[in-house]
Amino acid sequence: MTMVIETQQDLVELTRRIRRHVVQMVYDAKSGHIGGSLSSTDLLSVLYAKHLRHDPGNPSWHERDRFIMSKGHCTPVQYALLAEFGYFPIQELSTFRKIGTRLQGHSVLGKPPGIDNSAGSLGMGLSFGLGLRLAQQLQELDESRVWVLMGDGEQNEGQVWEAAMSAAHHQAEGLVAIVDRNGIQNDDFTKATMNSEPLHEKYEAFGWTVLSDIDGHNLDEIDRAYDWARNQRGAPVCLIFDTIKGKGVSFMEHNPAFHGAPPSDEEFTLAMAELAE
Amino acid sequence: MMATAEVHPLAATREAVGPTLIRLQKEGNNLVVVDADLGKSTSARKFRDEFPERFFSFGVAEQNMISAAAGFAAAGHTVFATTFAVFAEHAFDQLRMSVAQPQLNVKLVASHGGVSTGEDGASAQSIEDIGVFSSLPTFTVCTPADVVEAEAIIEVATKTPGPFYVRTARPKTPVIYTDGAQFELGRAHMLRDGGDLTIVACGLLVERSLRAAEQLAKEGLEARVLNMSTIRPLDVAALEGAARDTGALVIAEEHLSYAGLGGMSAHALASVEPVPMEFVGVNRYGESGTWSEMLELMDLTPDGIVTAAHKVIDRK
Repeated sequence: MTMVIETQQDLVELTRRIRRHVVQMVYDAKSGHIGGSLSSTDLLSVLYAKHLRHDPGNPSWHERDRFIMSKGHCTPVQYALLAEFGYFPIQELSTFRKIGTRLQGHSVLGKPPGIDNSAGSLGMGLSFGLGLRLAQQLQELDESRVWVLMGDGEQNEGQVWEAAMSAAHHQAEGLVAIVDRNGIQNDDFTKATMNSEPLHEKYEAFGWTVLSDIDGHNLDEIDRAYDWARNQRGAPVCLIFDTIKGKGVSFMEHNPAFHGAPPSDEEFTLAMAELAE
Repeated sequence: MMATAEVHPLAATREAVGPTLIRLQKEGNNLVVVDADLGKSTSARKFRDEFPERFFSFGVAEQNMISAAAGFAAAGHTVFATTFAVFAEHAFDQLRMSVAQPQLNVKLVASHGGVSTGEDGASAQSIEDIGVFSSLPTFTVCTPADVVEAEAIIEVATKTPGPFYVRTARPKTPVIYTDGAQFELGRAHMLRDGGDLTIVACGLLVERSLRAAEQLAKEGLEARVLNMSTIRPLDVAALEGAARDTGALVIAEEHLSYAGLGGMSAHALASVEPVPMEFVGVNRYGESGTWSEMLELMDLTPDGIVTAAHKVIDRK
């Protein structure tokens, strides 16, 4: 069953359901990455609902857009979206990270259907997306695009900049890098661990068309940014969204403690209450 | 099949790469070739001259090249990624996560394997690549004994889905398969039969093993010689047969013995047909020198193999 998002309220409701799934999955699994899933929930909900050319009934449709989750620890948000869009039953989300599941902790290509890359080791998704995009160009799939979601901590990885250099060199228009700039990485704030800024100027210097300072929790702003990105020509596009790690659960917001730790029973109850209708 | 080591034409296994890929693309395979600024040395650049739209330079950035190769493969192409063996190792985790785990159709064909890379010294001489890439359980790993077999392996790799590693070498060495390749994936090729011991070899050591077998024959010792050009999956049946029929094995390779054909053969035989084994391989980093000087320095010579043969026969 393919979900239809017709109104803004439908979209807002979708983001709320996704956040509830994320918290529930990580709580049930007693492990997983809540913070970066919640910071990218709005980015990915708008992408899947309004911009990604995909067909849940035919996940291997060759001309589809490819969404590449480079920050592969944020599977909870992607699995939740795939389930909501009908790639697999929503009940299967409860198997996340458990023995025998198709929903591993980090992304595995093809498991479940709709996952288009393997990830977990950071920094590889932009390169993988570049290869896909150059193949789309070679195959003259003019309507297809590749969208790659990266974290801001992930920008520490040298391979990201190898990919940035070569994507511009190969004029990979139609490749869209989405940076979820939530300001926190595994151990601490990015400014304390490894400052990757200024990202806008860096991508621009590498030859990309860049849009930054976009509110990554304003659904209209996200929508406009994707529209703009899809139609840029001549160079790859980088969209840098300012987001809040843990967005939607007050005590998780801007809190480095919720990068990769599950909520306690009490925290779970509080979080679900905040995310209630 | 050639059974003697008389004078043969010389060619480097790396020379097969570009021309074979051109032929395979002309035959209608959906190839893409990615390169990290070594296309002249690997011969992959010849492909660019024929099919520029299917050749992508990634500069001196192997990690990006490998993950991008995986992306091309995910879009339906058979992708050949080419560089030197040591630089391929630079992208180990990319090969592991982007290629091996999703079992994408990426063929890593790396030249300058082994100490025969020569003058460039230790950093350029890959003595661990076969072990490194054999540690990725979904990879098929091959190394040709000569340029004829190199062409056959590249063709089979193109037609066999999934990740491949092919090690080629820098120096021009004697062609063994002058009457055409006998390559069969996952099968050892017996170049010579004998009952006193078996020499199992791969790569440049195959021709040297044939010369060793000739020396041994002059002493009255008959050696079976197996070209084990597929290292993974290993032809365990051929090893087991050799162990049963000849009772002693010498494993010869231009690679760290414990991490290469030697270690893997011993592991395979330990549970089915353990027999005395000796290993002719590399056990330390190299240095500068000509390719043949390097092989001599490491005892990767017919004499070295003969010495190992005597030792193993004494242990029977």
